[in-house]
Amino acid sequence: MPKDHGIGASPKRREDLRFLTGSGRYTDDINLRGQAYVHFLRSDMAHGKINGINTRMAEEMPGVIRIFTGADFEGIGGLPCGWQVTDKHGQPMQEPGHPVLAQGKVRHVGDPIAAVVAESREQARDAAEAIEVDIEELPAVIDMKAALEDGAALVHDDLTSNLCYDWGFVEENKAAVEEAFQKAAHVTTLELVNNRLIANPMEPRVAVGDYDRADDESTLYTTSQNPHVIRLLMGAFVLGIPEHKLRVVAPDVGGGFGTKIFHYAEEAFCTFAAKQINRPVKWTASRSEAFISDAHGRDHVTKIQLALDADNNFTALRTDTYANMGAYLSTFAPSVPTWLHGTLMAGNYKTPLVYVNVKAVFTNTVPVDAYRGAGRPEATFQLERVIDKAALELGVDPIALRRQNFITEFPYATPVAVEYDTGDYHATMDKLEEIADLKGFAARRAESETRGRLRGLGINCYIEACGIAPSNLVGQLGARAGLYESATVRVNATGGLVVMTGSHSHGQGHETSFPQVIAEMIGIDESMVEIVHGDTSKVPMGMGTYGSRSLAVGGSAMVRATEKIIKKAKKIAAHLMEASEADIELKDGQFSVAGTDKSVAWGDVTLAAYVPHNYPLDEIEPGLEETAFYDPANFTYPSGAYACEVEVDPATGKVTIERFSAADDFGNIINPMIVTGQVHGGIGQGIGQALLEGAVYDENGQLLSASYMDYAMPRASDVPFYTVDHSCQTPCTHNPLGVKGCGEAGAIGSPPAVVNAVVDALRSAGKDITHIDMPLSPARVWAAMNG
Amino acid sequence: MTEVTMTVNGKLMRGEVEGRTLLVSFLRDQLGLTGTHVGCDTSQCGACVVHVDGKAVKSCTMLALEADGAEVATIEGQADADGSLNVIQQAFQDHHGLQCGFCTPGMVMSAAALLKENPKPTEDEIRHYLEGNICRCTGYHNIVKAILAASGQEAAAIAAE
Ligand code: FES
Ligand code: FES
Repeated sequence: MPKDHGIGASPKRREDLRFLTGSGRYTDDINLRGQAYVHFLRSDMAHGKINGINTRMAEEMPGVIRIFTGADFEGIGGLPCGWQVTDKHGQPMQEPGHPVLAQGKVRHVGDPIAAVVAESREQARDAAEAIEVDIEELPAVIDMKAALEDGAALVHDDLTSNLCYDWGFVEENKAAVEEAFQKAAHVTTLELVNNRLIANPMEPRVAVGDYDRADDESTLYTTSQNPHVIRLLMGAFVLGIPEHKLRVVAPDVGGGFGTKIFHYAEEAFCTFAAKQINRPVKWTASRSEAFISDAHGRDHVTKIQLALDADNNFTALRTDTYANMGAYLSTFAPSVPTWLHGTLMAGNYKTPLVYVNVKAVFTNTVPVDAYRGAGRPEATFQLERVIDKAALELGVDPIALRRQNFITEFPYATPVAVEYDTGDYHATMDKLEEIADLKGFAARRAESETRGRLRGLGINCYIEACGIAPSNLVGQLGARAGLYESATVRVNATGGLVVMTGSHSHGQGHETSFPQVIAEMIGIDESMVEIVHGDTSKVPMGMGTYGSRSLAVGGSAMVRATEKIIKKAKKIAAHLMEASEADIELKDGQFSVAGTDKSVAWGDVTLAAYVPHNYPLDEIEPGLEETAFYDPANFTYPSGAYACEVEVDPATGKVTIERFSAADDFGNIINPMIVTGQVHGGIGQGIGQALLEGAVYDENGQLLSASYMDYAMPRASDVPFYTVDHSCQTPCTHNPLGVKGCGEAGAIGSPPAVVNAVVDALRSAGKDITHIDMPLSPARVWAAMNG
Repeated sequence: MTEVTMTVNGKLMRGEVEGRTLLVSFLRDQLGLTGTHVGCDTSQCGACVVHVDGKAVKSCTMLALEADGAEVATIEGQADADGSLNVIQQAFQDHHGLQCGFCTPGMVMSAAALLKENPKPTEDEIRHYLEGNICRCTGYHNIVKAILAASGQEAAAIAAE
């Protein structure tokens, strides 16, 4: 019987009521009295020297309030980068400036040159067209390897090259890895591309800046996954506004997937301009603008090699990656190909030696940063592809090869600096074999063949690392932020609770799942708990939501604060019942004295806290409100095994996903319905990456895939119903809930399954194909078959 | 500026618009009906779907003036007066057919139009009908399941968990 309440239940989402009736409050729904509108004039050139900007004509246009250019931001900070990577020689990465509005040069198509603030959106746009810009086109560097050649044009003239860093990990292992390759019985090599993606949350970014002259206070409403981080970055590094004079609000946010983590120029601009003109300033991105201004994701070019001994044990792994940074360093960009990628290269396997090299490169393209999975999909894709290729070369079963090399003992210290606390990779693989009905594949393949279709099966495993932590470690790795989370739990006199959490929900359903935890802890109904998030004036501090960290880190902070509440409430209950605190038990919302029939209700105790007539005032203060900051001891390590079955039409190369199965281990689960939904969404995006999506630049740096006409988003008819199971549960050992995080797994685990399946399908027709680069468009698949 | 009049969710509404004002801007900016969303500028995403004279229309693709005199239905008018959800809305909640909620108004309005045309659509028919509605969050699984359920078909039997 499934639970209907507390941890493990799937109550309907309470946030749905507003979203289903059109009463959500997204940032673009916010209109402030007297607000002006900004339109950004953006570069249509990938690289150019700004010789002059003439705004005189535009200033005369109807409705124009003021036009800003880079000159208005001289002396004001640029957009900061939140992570400094140290290269393999111990030197800090090259870190160029990132002005709010272009200064001196434009560096990618979409780089903002000027901003027109006007009475209406249309007037701002019309006036922007009247600005005369004199830009001298410079040669653009688009291809990463070409960008590193001698004599390549420099994206940043003040840097010595286009190399951001050359990172080696673990540098001390390099020689041992080389030696293992010398001794290997077999080496499998694979070169591949992890295609550049655009996150495309359905809500485009919006920023509304406001300024209150009387109090000298600035407010920014923004589509963000982490408003406190924006407050810190923008306040401290860009505009010089102290936190107590700056409020950042991220109300309902229509999806993030990483791209709404970062601090963007438009946020700083609207906050700055509102103060300058003393009126609210609003910016709403069009989708076309989103394509050239939201940070992109992935874009790695990799060569990976796997060494095996004569018994097919993995003995070493070596990988060389070029990672595109784009034209500027977005907030967390440097961490993605390094600490979020290199540390995952052991995967689910006991490969004793691993060496990862990453060259991060500046190009004249939109900045690249975290997108759902962030580094972990790139690690998983190359690893799971090279294992499949090794299985082909050796003529062994790909599942058996994986099982033979699985890590089976935990905790397990990998050769890439992390320690997995728990996992059971055989269990998820067993579960996958069952739910995917792998035994029935041969019959399904035969049936497809009767219809002239090639059927393929692809399987893979993944490991991911969520809730990046602890702060003192990530500080050593170059993070310029802490990675804890905070929560304040306020209990009202009549027993209801308000939780102010630093986690942000933009689709994840925290308003429903977080109360389940508290309801379970106290034994009250979820309806007594309200969640507040997304407003720096209400929540003390927060690091936000990304890296599947909300429940593991934010939920843990909430648990810690609630534990403090319960501890204090027990003291009050002990006083009320004239018993010893040690004998007080809390169950089903009742405090009782062990071994007696004495009890008081939760509500009596909370009332006593605020009406302290009969109260231990000499021992404790009145009131019932507690705050906790939780800094995890380690990452969490969800894992799983995925299977994809495809059909390929040999006449056209078109791939259809026939079945997709996912067996995940997320540790303990609070709300199975929400977890299932997260996996579905991740798989949808992973299938998108594998079959459809790709951001494409031409050699001049024009983004060819800059609208939904050219960038193929997965539609309902591109995907099947998925089979998802998360009954394998090895709880995390170091957070109080035993949870691991589920937000990114689907996007990490699914691309290799799809590609493995297509390769398998083509090989079933006798084609000697070992790899096709994503997206596996009909043209690419057809060419591979007929090439 | 030209005057337009239309019945929106059963109420007569009037406004002044420019020739270039889109129906979605009129609904959002002038009438304050912000439940209808804008997700693109190429008429591809369907976040803006409303009904005009009973037909599903992308309100980013229609001028406000073209809707002069029309009956317009938006997401705000879908629930009953007492706030209870209609069958489609309820099915979306029951089957977790939404996450961030941004595509949801368009999805619900498209689903309503589909079920009017085709009260018992197959899974395939639903997926094809939603060609013009993009959702980035759900992977579509639970949206399709919700629409099957709203049409009175046993979604659980068709869609594995
Ligand atoms: S906003 Fe109308 S289709 Fe995208
Ligand atoms: S629920 Fe977020 S786009 Fe559909």
